[in-house]
Amino acid sequence: MDQTDATAPAQAKLSVRNLNFYYSKYHALRDINLDIAERKVTAFIGPSGCGKSTLLRTFNRMFELYPDQRAEGEIVLDGENVLTSKQDVALIRARIGMVFQKPTPFPMSIYDNIAFGVRLFESMNEADMDERVEWALRKAALWDEVKDKLNQSGSGLSGGQQQRLCIARGIAIKPEVLLLDEPCSALDPISTGKIEELIVELKEDYTVVIVTHNMQQAARVSDYTAYMYLGNLVEVGQTEQIFFKPKRQETEDYITGRFG
Amino acid sequence: MSVTSEKFPASRDLAAPRERIYLRRKRVNRIALALSLAAMAFGLVWLIWILWETVDLGIGGITWATVSQSTPPPDEAGGIANALWGSFLMVILATFVGTPVGIMAGIYLAEYGARSAIGNITRFVNDILLSAPSIVIGLFVYAVVVARMQHFSGWAGIVALALIVIPVVVRTTENMLLLVPAGLREAAYALGAPKWKVITKIALRAARAGVVTGVLLAVARISGETAPLLFTSLNNQFFTSDLNGPIASVPATIFKFAMSPYDNWQQLAWAGVFIMTLAVLGLNILARLVTRSKI
Repeated sequence: MDQTDATAPAQAKLSVRNLNFYYSKYHALRDINLDIAERKVTAFIGPSGCGKSTLLRTFNRMFELYPDQRAEGEIVLDGENVLTSKQDVALIRARIGMVFQKPTPFPMSIYDNIAFGVRLFESMNEADMDERVEWALRKAALWDEVKDKLNQSGSGLSGGQQQRLCIARGIAIKPEVLLLDEPCSALDPISTGKIEELIVELKEDYTVVIVTHNMQQAARVSDYTAYMYLGNLVEVGQTEQIFFKPKRQETEDYITGRFG
Repeated sequence: MSVTSEKFPASRDLAAPRERIYLRRKRVNRIALALSLAAMAFGLVWLIWILWETVDLGIGGITWATVSQSTPPPDEAGGIANALWGSFLMVILATFVGTPVGIMAGIYLAEYGARSAIGNITRFVNDILLSAPSIVIGLFVYAVVVARMQHFSGWAGIVALALIVIPVVVRTTENMLLLVPAGLREAAYALGAPKWKVITKIALRAARAGVVTGVLLAVARISGETAPLLFTSLNNQFFTSDLNGPIASVPATIFKFAMSPYDNWQQLAWAGVFIMTLAVLGLNILARLVTRSKI
């Protein structure tokens, strides 16, 4: 696969080495090698079923919830292989947050939606927690809309607000990496715009990986783009290079919509 | 090029057949609707009749004495306070015993043993218990508890009622937990939550309206159960809170009094029926309200 020079300058936060993934017998990811740059946004693009989400879900070992799924290879986070780590998987997930395609507010108040994750690994007094909740909600550009109804149910919010609540919940636990699995696919253009702005802001502090079906979105928010097809990583590089001077014919066909 | 289009009729030729199919659908719809309305009316007639008789015959017997005095001898004034209290005690305690067991077993079935052999066996056995006639449960408790203790007791009644509560709660808990979307669980795991926290704080919480409804329906069911109590707690004409001896209950009292030739007993039986119906109706309404309110 093309390991372009483009990925070299930024330091790698996550390195994927020879990763293979299986849904029981189906070989869904084939020999993936990829570096995710620290404090940058990396986008995974490709047609449905190409393995983008599958790849994302190996980073925090989410696939382990399902006994017939397994991954082989290495995913190195700061020098340690996530897949074989002796650490409790919960500790890894606290470092690698994830936001899903469909907004999933917990059945509790807006405040508790955020406090739930924070309380898992930190004990703090009420004032500190209030501060943390406000910080996360401000960061997710939701504070002004919900500050007067923090005790109301999270499911009463609109779809876009719910998704921003989920992002706030994800960043409140202060992870190092944030995985976004098509976070805007269920949202209207205005909410999408807000979340895209947010993603660009988030890379100040976090390493962001986003899976998206929307190529304009990948072009707008990401620094690096990886194109996947049928479980293979076809090409990865700086977003501009992928969109304007792709090295592989397949990538160009997909980018230009001549995909066949 | 249009090879295929010649094989099929043109859009304008479809107007007449469409009209025919549409008219047929309308006819079928009218017949189906009429049949379902008739079925609904048939069901409602009996329900309303039962409620009407209950109110008509029961409300006349309701006085302050009904709820403040114990069951009288034939042809003397009295009430069913002892039966109401006995039923209340046994139903509350049976629910108290049966609910945690049922919820925990339901959690096991939905979250841990979903596809394991033990899970499948438990589910199968639970379904049998769920549909077991309550008189069988009564006889079982009679053999296991009453026969060994050599006397009827409130505790035996509680055991019998709890055995009826458990399978209902297991079933509803499992079903409600399975309805919780996988995405909600994944989101909690993604924050680094351990499994027990995902279950108790997220999944069970999302399912709690359904679980509470299941418990309330189980309460409604056992508060009307007669057969298991006839073999276990029997009856008692005095007001007592002693669960080591026989204790009165509304269903058992209704059974005894309604079969008697004495007017005042029959009157009290109807009063008991009326109060039970109200209580069960209240519980069902409560169950609905709980299901509706969501956070």
